[in-house]
Amino acid sequence: MATIVLLGKLADLADAPSIALPLPRSAGLDWEGLKAALPTPLAEALDDPRVRVAVNGALLPDKMKLQANAGDEIALLPPVSGG
Amino acid sequence: MRHIRLAHQMFIPGTLIGPFTQANPGLGGVCTFVGEVRYDQGVEALELTHYEPLTLPGMHELADRAFARFDLMGLLMVHRVGLMRPGEPIVCVSAAALHRRDCIDAVDFCMDHLKSAAWFWKREKRGGQWHWIEPRAQDAADLARWQG
Repeated sequence: MATIVLLGKLADLADAPSIALPLPRSAGLDWEGLKAALPTPLAEALDDPRVRVAVNGALLPDKMKLQANAGDEIALLPPVSGG
Repeated sequence: MRHIRLAHQMFIPGTLIGPFTQANPGLGGVCTFVGEVRYDQGVEALELTHYEPLTLPGMHELADRAFARFDLMGLLMVHRVGLMRPGEPIVCVSAAALHRRDCIDAVDFCMDHLKSAAWFWKREKRGGQWHWIEPRAQDAADLARWQG
């Protein structure tokens, strides 16, 4: 299992602040695998280049190179608000 | 003196400034900015969410940069998260220095970065409906003042 944390309006697209993603202990999760496992509106929103990803609190320089495992916390971070 | 934290409940900025000033003996100036939830038309509430592993560490990194860039004696940065009503404080930044320019500029620098580059997501409630606040071009322009 991996925990997907959804920030800002991404939480609205899933109707939840986080998603528990079943993930076999031996299997890894890459970017395409993550998107395939999420609801379509959320997966589509992730293509926005301004959306950043952090794994266990560390920002990924390139989200497309995501490599996560069971037990990881993957945060999906839309652009921060100004105003 | 360095005081950086997130506030989960309403705070009273005035109560922070006295102790902060006292904690920096010999200072030549203190500059303080307080941001509050505006009474914009129809705004009933503002909610700030944050991401624990990034938000506070990001504020500490910002403080490090302010200390590196300006000649500071102390820096205070308190930022609210959670639900706020119009008139409530959102943020208080105070800087102490030997000379005024350093503390004034440090507060301006910290505020521009807190507003546009810190890990906060804001939504406001109008007419009973929540609306996410999107990044504005002005925020990027404010940030660009400090680059190069």
